[in-house]
Amino acid sequence: MKYLLMIAGDESAAAHALDGCDGWTEEMEGRGVVAGGAGLRPPDEATTVRVRDGDLLLTDGPFAETKEQIGGFVLIDCADLDEAIEIASKHPAAGYGTIEIRPVFEPPV
Amino acid sequence: MRFEEIYRQEWGQVVATLIRLTGDWELAEECAQEAFAAALQRWPKDGVPDRPGAWLTTTARNRAIDWLRREAVGAAKLQQVAALGVEQSDPAYDVPDDRLRLMFTCCHPALAMEARVALTLRTLAGLSTAEIARAFLVPETTMSKRLTRAKQKIQHAGIPYRVPPAHLLPERTPAVLAVLYLLFNEGYSDVVRSQLATEAIRLARLLVQLMPAEPEAAGLLALMLLHDSRRETRLAPDGALVTLDDQDRTSWDRPQITEAVDVLDSALRHGEPGPYQVQAAIAACHATARAAADTDWPQIAALYAQLPQTPVVALNRAVAIGMADGPAVGLHLVDELAAGELTGYHLLPATRADFLRRLNRRTEAATAYREALALAATEAERLYLQKRLQEVSVRS
Repeated sequence: MKYLLMIAGDESAAAHALDGCDGWTEEMEGRGVVAGGAGLRPPDEATTVRVRDGDLLLTDGPFAETKEQIGGFVLIDCADLDEAIEIASKHPAAGYGTIEIRPVFEPPV
Repeated sequence: MRFEEIYRQEWGQVVATLIRLTGDWELAEECAQEAFAAALQRWPKDGVPDRPGAWLTTTARNRAIDWLRREAVGAAKLQQVAALGVEQSDPAYDVPDDRLRLMFTCCHPALAMEARVALTLRTLAGLSTAEIARAFLVPETTMSKRLTRAKQKIQHAGIPYRVPPAHLLPERTPAVLAVLYLLFNEGYSDVVRSQLATEAIRLARLLVQLMPAEPEAAGLLALMLLHDSRRETRLAPDGALVTLDDQDRTSWDRPQITEAVDVLDSALRHGEPGPYQVQAAIAACHATARAAADTDWPQIAALYAQLPQTPVVALNRAVAIGMADGPAVGLHLVDELAAGELTGYHLLPATRADFLRRLNRRTEAATAYREALALAATEAERLYLQKRLQEVSVRS
């Protein structure tokens, strides 16, 4: 199963921007569960795109003004939700922010 | 008819096995339903088979095979489903009971609490969607959507169909126990929904049988049996709540109390007393006291001290100490709690009122009863408080 881990934090997360992942990446790559991912620049550098009735609408900033913003993402491929929870719970950001685990859409077999 | 009993007994096992074999919750339930329908036709003529569960599982499995053939799924899957018979006859095959898998899957913490409860009732207890909807006072379509959504999340989010590995059991078992206790309380607090309490007890028995090394499961079973043994006496004919003091103890279900105390004793022998065992011990103190006046309040106060000290536990502990050491002590303890987190909780003024009444401070008691009345959640409680209010008002 593939899951996207969306790693989010509030403003205080900026303090952790240069922390690194305390060996999490190495461990998970060693287990072969990481399928991609990256850290993200802060939301004030984001641009939001919508196309409505053929018109391109650009907005400066993220699509929703919420306290918590996505700061990074990891795509993982593991056995089931329990393993995904275990992987997410070991990520250092789980200690100060939140991590949403989203199953990746898979076409019916 | 015996059929209803067999249905309640076997439904969970048939569905659980079919889910394991097919990995498809909807199909598993459909095939189980067809198997029971077939039984309803065949058994009156042919007689009930010696092992009705095996008959039903085999019939349901055959329906699943037919369906999978029609859908032309892979041969491997078909073989797996067809292999069921072999596996059951092999005593060396160490499968944890499918119903336990089902219970842990339905109660997975990634599901919302209401979904866990509904799913447990549907798949393990075999209640129909309509019955569950009625029990939770929501339209059937709402409940149907809730169930469908939960089953889809299990499938799409990859919630595993298994008993969690040993290192996860300590954090997952409380979720299962919480669902069963919630179910029980839904049924216990409402006469119309008493079926839920019965189902909760039945599932707890099953859990104790499946997890004999988990003393908290036994603690929960004992707790529910003890509460349930008083079910008939807790409401007056007019619907008013009858408190423990005033309940007719001769109408309590003695055999059930004896069973509960046995279950609790063997749980306590594990030497790991958790909150359910402690609460059951408290309930046992009440259930085994021959008269209200014989209640071992010091023991109850000591047991409350062993529970996690939530505001409600602190209040109950204050009551127990007050009953042991006198209403003045109790009132003092309750007044110390009053400023805290219990604002708006009707049992706080109700408890104050009771101590004030015992101290013969009737005017203050009446004020506190009125305060409690304004906050009481159920009609039974309001009726009870009104009676008390009248008592203290009449002579003042």
